[in-house]
Amino acid sequence: MIKEEVLYQGAEAKICKSKYWDFDVVIKRRIHKSYRISHIDEYLISYRTKEESKLISYARSCGVSVPTIYDIDLENGIITMEYLKGRRIKDILNSFSEKERERICKKIGVSIAKLHNNDIIHGDITTSNMILLDDKIHFIDFGLGGKSNEIEAKGVDLHVLMEAIESTHSKYSNCFDYVLEGYKEELEEDANHVIKKINDIVKRGRYR
Amino acid sequence: MICLGIEGTAHSIGVGIVKEENEKCIVLSNPIKIYSPKKGGIHPREAANHHANYIAELIKESVDISKLDLKDIDLVSFSKGPGLGPCLRTAATAARALSLSIDKPIIGVNHCVAHLEIGRGTFNNCNDPVLLYTSGANTQVIAFAEGKYRVFGETLDIGIGNCLDKFGRTVGLEFPSGPKIEKLALKGGKYLELPYSIKGMDIAFSGLLTTAEQYYNNGKKLENICYSIQETTFAALTEVTERAMAHTEKDQVLLGGGVAANKRLREMVKIMAKERGASFFVPTKDLCIDNGAMIAWLGVLMYNSGIRMKIEKSFINQRFRTDMVDVTWRD
Repeated sequence: MIKEEVLYQGAEAKICKSKYWDFDVVIKRRIHKSYRISHIDEYLISYRTKEESKLISYARSCGVSVPTIYDIDLENGIITMEYLKGRRIKDILNSFSEKERERICKKIGVSIAKLHNNDIIHGDITTSNMILLDDKIHFIDFGLGGKSNEIEAKGVDLHVLMEAIESTHSKYSNCFDYVLEGYKEELEEDANHVIKKINDIVKRGRYR
Repeated sequence: MICLGIEGTAHSIGVGIVKEENEKCIVLSNPIKIYSPKKGGIHPREAANHHANYIAELIKESVDISKLDLKDIDLVSFSKGPGLGPCLRTAATAARALSLSIDKPIIGVNHCVAHLEIGRGTFNNCNDPVLLYTSGANTQVIAFAEGKYRVFGETLDIGIGNCLDKFGRTVGLEFPSGPKIEKLALKGGKYLELPYSIKGMDIAFSGLLTTAEQYYNNGKKLENICYSIQETTFAALTEVTERAMAHTEKDQVLLGGGVAANKRLREMVKIMAKERGASFFVPTKDLCIDNGAMIAWLGVLMYNSGIRMKIEKSFINQRFRTDMVDVTWRD
């Protein structure tokens, strides 16, 4: 039995550090939730494991940095992937200089545009789900992701990040503008359609 | 300090009196009158008329129950928003009249924040919870971060209570439909596939509502549809709450709002909390639903932290968002 160290207990999965051959790996185990009926529980666990593995592999082929996947166990909802020895953007963004923050946020925008150019919807773009390593933004946790070419889906995807920045990095909420700058540069279609959609989504929220 | 709070954001008008003791909230009285339309949903003007009819009586009743006298009241607070304009204005007018007649200060408070603060104020050890606030119009996951109560997740279309009511209206259940759906669900047990829609920590119900209505039109058993609606929507609500707890690294969860009266929702959130090693809090039903005591308690907190409101500035705000409030009473 190889030793495992719990790195993070998320809402739906337990993230452990372990070894796979000689590699440092992360084992993501989706947890069964006894609050929901088994029909929903089993469906969500196997569906998300499958979607996530597919999207991570596809994102890599589109030039977006993601962990390498070593193994997938659909039945038990387990993904074994590369351990990224970097830092979460959530933990470092507030400590950057303004200039560095701008540079990193633009990079984030470029990467999101690469995903969207290929119709990959991440589904949970928060700063907790981005790791900075070798000056590259690595995306993790595609568990709520999917594929869609709709502007609506891309708008919702960015709206999640906007909310995350507003709540977790409220002093630096201009970060989202920097993200959009990078996004605009890289997106193949007219990014203004997506940005307009974000504003529509904001207005749909209560009391806007 | 003793504060009288008037709640009137939607279908309920309530007058609560609370007393502050050692920074905790003691509810002295909390009578509520609920407007229930004979047909359809809430008509804002009719709801406001209902509130206007009952408010004077309710103030008297509340003072009587508290065994105090009007002159013992130190502060008058009211729900400034969010809510239905005519209803808010009725409650605010009553608050202004009372404040002037007893010559005591007035303060307007945010209704959603009040739902959270009443939990913190009445429980011991519920210091820094994530609130799952589920009512007719509102479905929000709220927690304190960087000086404000921030909405980490919310519905992208309709509130959960609204979703239940709309389904209820389609199948001929009375308003509010939530309790009737809860009863029917107990008799169901066969799960019918429904869309499970989560985006980050946000949630959406309209697709599920459409599918559920189609099931009904296609002759599926109502009990099974109700069961499936509850299992799906509540699982999604519990999941976004857990996501917010993981994201904010908080280990307390609090329920609030009318839908928190649902036993299945309570059970799910309670199990989730237990499995995470978090503590679970749910106020008594009269403090979960819209009520005056929570408005009074938030008034106390704000006033004690130095916030003052001139009567000329005691406006209402129909779109008063949770994250617009500067939380001066917490570190």
